[in-house]
Amino acid sequence: MPAESVYPALEPLLPRVRKPVQYVGGEVGSVTKDWDSAEVRWALCYPDAYEVGLPNQGVQILYEVLNERPGVLAERTYAVFPDLEALMREHQVPQFTVDTHRPVCAFDALGVSFATEMAYTNLLTVLDLAGIPLISAERTVAHPLVIAGGHAAFNPEPVAEFLDAVVLGDGEQAVLTITDLIRDWKRAGQPGGRDGLLLRLATIAYVPRFYDVSYHPDGRISNVTPNRQGVPSTVSKHTVMDLDAWPYPRAPIVPVAETVHERYSVEIFRGCTRGCRFCQAGMITRPVRERSITTIGEMVAGGLAASGFDEVGLLSLSSADHSEINEIAVDLADCYEGTNVGLSLPSTRVDAFNVTLANELSRNGRRSGLTFAPEGGSERMRRVINKMVTEEDLIRTVSTAYSSGWRQVKLYFMCGLPTETDDDVLAIAALARRVIAAGREASGRRDIRCTVSIGAFVPKPHTPFQWAAQCAPEVVDARLRALGGALRADRAYGKSIGFRYHDGQPGIIEGLLSRGDRRVSRVILAAWRDGARFDGWSEHFSYERWTRCAESALANDPVDVEWYTTRERDYAEVLPWDHLDAGLDRDWLWQDWQDSIAPGGAAEVEDCRWTPCYECGVCSAMGTEIQVGPTGERLDGRRLLPVVGRR
Amino acid sequence: MAEPDPRGPSGSRPAQPPAVQHLVVRYAKRGKMRFASQLDVARVFERGVRRAGLPIAYSAGYTPHPKISYTGGVPTGVASEAEYLSLALTSRQAATQVGQRLSAALPDGIDVIDVTEADPKGGPLWGGPEGSPRGSGGEGSPPGSGGPGGSPPRTSTASTWRVELPGVEPSAAARAVAGFLTLGEALVERRTDKGVRSLDARAAVVEMDVLAQRVVVTGLEDCAILRMVVLHTVPAVRPEDVLTALRQRYDLVPSAPPVTTRLAQGPLALLTQRSAS
Repeated sequence: MPAESVYPALEPLLPRVRKPVQYVGGEVGSVTKDWDSAEVRWALCYPDAYEVGLPNQGVQILYEVLNERPGVLAERTYAVFPDLEALMREHQVPQFTVDTHRPVCAFDALGVSFATEMAYTNLLTVLDLAGIPLISAERTVAHPLVIAGGHAAFNPEPVAEFLDAVVLGDGEQAVLTITDLIRDWKRAGQPGGRDGLLLRLATIAYVPRFYDVSYHPDGRISNVTPNRQGVPSTVSKHTVMDLDAWPYPRAPIVPVAETVHERYSVEIFRGCTRGCRFCQAGMITRPVRERSITTIGEMVAGGLAASGFDEVGLLSLSSADHSEINEIAVDLADCYEGTNVGLSLPSTRVDAFNVTLANELSRNGRRSGLTFAPEGGSERMRRVINKMVTEEDLIRTVSTAYSSGWRQVKLYFMCGLPTETDDDVLAIAALARRVIAAGREASGRRDIRCTVSIGAFVPKPHTPFQWAAQCAPEVVDARLRALGGALRADRAYGKSIGFRYHDGQPGIIEGLLSRGDRRVSRVILAAWRDGARFDGWSEHFSYERWTRCAESALANDPVDVEWYTTRERDYAEVLPWDHLDAGLDRDWLWQDWQDSIAPGGAAEVEDCRWTPCYECGVCSAMGTEIQVGPTGERLDGRRLLPVVGRR
Repeated sequence: MAEPDPRGPSGSRPAQPPAVQHLVVRYAKRGKMRFASQLDVARVFERGVRRAGLPIAYSAGYTPHPKISYTGGVPTGVASEAEYLSLALTSRQAATQVGQRLSAALPDGIDVIDVTEADPKGGPLWGGPEGSPRGSGGEGSPPGSGGPGGSPPRTSTASTWRVELPGVEPSAAARAVAGFLTLGEALVERRTDKGVRSLDARAAVVEMDVLAQRVVVTGLEDCAILRMVVLHTVPAVRPEDVLTALRQRYDLVPSAPPVTTRLAQGPLALLTQRSAS
């Protein structure tokens, strides 16, 4: 495969497309290494638009980890918008990397990061434009190995046909292990061809084609079994156990184009054991592993100096839960006081302490809006999802926020949760009224605002709700309409309350792709052939297309979209992802599901960081343990500062 | 942890140090970076001055912005050898040093050509219809504008452009150019955000010729190269408007999108060949 840049062919097309700068690369922080002296070459793909994909932490981390290795190079590729796709097809320009514009097909491996299932059709566009056969079984040694990762890859079955291998869990170490395997296989003269490489991979990654799936006559799965010697019956996730040893990204890529997050993000810990039953991220990333305050401080200082960003995001699934978050917030605020660097904590726990932290971080900046996620409108609903927030907690929290000068509070909710009734959703309107009333009282102003943001709940694999019936889109839409009506009808408060919602239809397709099995790949292929692209974008998504394609693609099967989405599963049913091990004990998940819908009211699960282990199974299955501070260290402002003048 | 400031957002805002020096930076937008928009370029410089560790001044207010002012930039897709911006610094720096540090901090293709102290009597290129500064610095008057109430004494009134026309025979281009220059008026339409706009492309063109050399740009195709001096007018006539006129009246159609570069901008007298000779 020739590896010359396709830029000369691409350049004349760029004046004819929207936002051409996203396709040219050349960003500060991007790396170009010598092609010929690299033994293993990765193309890393985030299968969405550049503006969404560039800030993705997973890709940036792997890009840096791989490029630091001698003899290895990694470049990036993103989904191109339909305007460029059409021109590339017309002028036979293949899928390219933005770093050197080499054709993706020339690389050894194409690593695809799936944060969301709605990017599956974009994977097909990328493969097709790259000239890689869509179906894994049709590829030869001449084609890159197509390897997926990311949260959605914990159930890769709907895209299993299109993937050669799937890595579950943390990628930092796994990507290097795979790189070594590819190198050794190439050095040895590619023994066994493509299958030979996949067999070597099968112990650390899931190779879908080495497993056969059989079905009951009613459509349920009867068995998933390995079809080769030496292939394990279950595949486990990878867990990085020392985040301080992997302080990436160190020098983030600084886009020229505008992207969705314009900041330097530091993951302050990984994993979450709050136990919210809807939350796939919290279930599949256990246990909690903190990055130390010292490493966080060094990453912030180094990342700002390398990038020139003026905003730092302290990322995690619930950032206020870091054992030394108070010290981190105070010390960083001290270090960067007067430097015009903004600090933010994009965490959403409903807790007055969170407001205090946000105040500290915004000490010398604007206090525009704070976001909290009660998720459920009524206290009963919040118990069902194990989001233990009382109404009093919430009112106290928002009062603190408004009285500290925050003008706007955003509240996130979900609609269509298990056991939800119309009243549970309408309770959001009453809650929003109380929020405004409390805010006006606390701040003494009438110009404070609250925005209610609500979307449809989609049950996800590896969560207690993996067995739940997804709420029908008509029911979701009716409840959202009723809620919107109730908010607008309010004379005293309605003008202070904003209402944003996502309707139920895309959620059903997300549900199909989330809990689907290998038969769903036919639906994805049909929808893609029919023109489905960028399904996570409301302006591109077509529910009509997806339902029509599902109907024809599944016409000869005893299953349909409703079967995959609005049907409750029972304990005995083999779920499509049961052979993929996130460490969670299936019986624990089932018991938690039963606890959530218990007729006498849901039982609470506490956080194992502060209460004894309740045996979710992860640590014992994976040989891991909770890693939390405190370390007792503090950040030395004199050492970290100044950013200005630092060369 | 400190108690939240009861005065809210405005109470704790520290004063920003004042600017003590203004530098004018001439920079190029080259190669792949010609596809950057003016907003993209502004983002690149904001980050570049921070990476370079320059003591940039910030505007006051809730959301402080680095004080960088730009002259009207070339459109997305157009390259330039003559873009200008000005930096407001809070401590005095040697212009050459600023140039070196900034160069090292910018992506390839956004290249610093020259850094000079802003003329206290008026910058070389601040003002004129296209040249009015559009800063993010939030200050009303541009650095180096001629004092209170005064307008910039020297203005950038025209630009010199180079346009590569892939697939166009130089002789065909020469015929079209000769015809165009004899016209009294060449009305063309351009689609803008506010609808279709009619412009006189001829009126703004002071000089236009076809460069003598025959350059092969893509493959083995011919490529005619135009050079033109175009006045900064309101509404602005761009080289693409002139190309529209050449296409409509003389059937001059390139086989691929033209590649346009601003070579220089400044007072008209300094740009024309008549004045040069």
